[in-house]
Amino acid sequence: MSESQEPTSNQTLYEKLGGEAAVNAAVDIFYRKVLADHRINRFFDNSDMEKQAAKQKAFLTMAFGGPNNYSGTDMRTAHARLVKMGLNASHFDAVMEHLGATLTELNVPAELIAQAAAIAESTRNDVLGK
Amino acid sequence: MRSITIGESTFSCQPDETVLETLLRENIKVPNGCRQGLCQACQMRSLDNSPPVSAQVGLKDTLQKQNYFLACICHPEQDMTVALPNQQGASIEAGVIKKQLLTPDIVQLVLEYQSPFNFFAGQFVNLKRADGLTRSYSIANIPHHENILEFHIRRLPNGQFSSWVYDELEPGESVTISEAQGSCHYLPGRAEQPLMLVGTGSGLAPLYGIIADALAQDHSGPIHLYHGSRDLNGLYFVDEMRELAAEFDNFHYTPCLSGEDIESDHVRGRAHDIALSSTESLSGWRVFLCGHPEMVNQTKRMAFMKGASMGDIYADAFHVIQAEK
Repeated sequence: MSESQEPTSNQTLYEKLGGEAAVNAAVDIFYRKVLADHRINRFFDNSDMEKQAAKQKAFLTMAFGGPNNYSGTDMRTAHARLVKMGLNASHFDAVMEHLGATLTELNVPAELIAQAAAIAESTRNDVLGK
Repeated sequence: MRSITIGESTFSCQPDETVLETLLRENIKVPNGCRQGLCQACQMRSLDNSPPVSAQVGLKDTLQKQNYFLACICHPEQDMTVALPNQQGASIEAGVIKKQLLTPDIVQLVLEYQSPFNFFAGQFVNLKRADGLTRSYSIANIPHHENILEFHIRRLPNGQFSSWVYDELEPGESVTISEAQGSCHYLPGRAEQPLMLVGTGSGLAPLYGIIADALAQDHSGPIHLYHGSRDLNGLYFVDEMRELAAEFDNFHYTPCLSGEDIESDHVRGRAHDIALSSTESLSGWRVFLCGHPEMVNQTKRMAFMKGASMGDIYADAFHVIQAEK
């Protein structure tokens, strides 16, 4: 998505995807998909949409291979309340769907989408408290 | 080495330390989370100098303008005096110079202040009575040389403060006002952007200020105001708004009534429904929402789903403080 540079093999995934500008482009699209999905939107219902959007941005930054300080423990703690509400693998799958669809909409090459999906997938057990 | 002042204390920020690290090392309680500038939990405000731009990434533009920054990614470039969002700055006294009923339920209160006071139209202040009773009200005018603040105060059933304003507060008396707060205001730039403003009842107050501000700053895009109320008592400034629409080609005004069986020539229905159904997409729009919390939160979500960017939605929900028994 970066027009100024040709991707090279030295670039990280985050750089290839376009860094923070790419996250900013993706976050509204991704959050809209999540809120429109009746399977999962109850987990994202929050009257403070700015805070919720900031969390989506943190998630996308991580999935894009960007700088993040989240540990597995943080993921568990942050999602424990949702697991109590019934968060399970089908909901995680739905979020993965929206991640893929968002990146497809932004014309990200399939190979990079797969890499981002793999990073997001690596958090599955921590998110679901397994 | 830079120094960080918060409240009465001043600390040295070590080289390579962020403002958050300095304050936590000194045992100052600062809410925080991701520590990488994403979750915005450690949001603070610089009271003197502009914070580094790199410490404002991702914050709403109106908050950036007010010198808010994220402590966890802030490496100070100069000495800073900072405050947490809930820390109140200095208060000033203001005298009542006018009180007038706009409808049987809403009173216009105009205050005059002498001390220096800065605000953006659309922000709110806390008004405090001599005994300490305090309520938040939105400012309805734009800053000008006369040093006045206009408020539209709706009388609430059992509302201690609003009843006092109605029944007792008289011109010549004074109240204490806090510094101006809130991020729901107009910023220049992107003058061609279409604006949608939706307000219920006295939610017109901040919107009136925002519209006056946008027009004074030569906003050239269309400005659509939808003002709603259940009954005619909640609709006010109808003539003023129609005059403004006659004066400015790009300003459009739609008063809406949601109650049943009211004889009037206003549009029937809830203001936010009528506003949202007026356009296919809100992509590229700037949206301002003020008034009833349920209306504000619902409309915020619907405007976002309809294509408005999260950064382009400005909202001020009027929460009612229940009277203490």
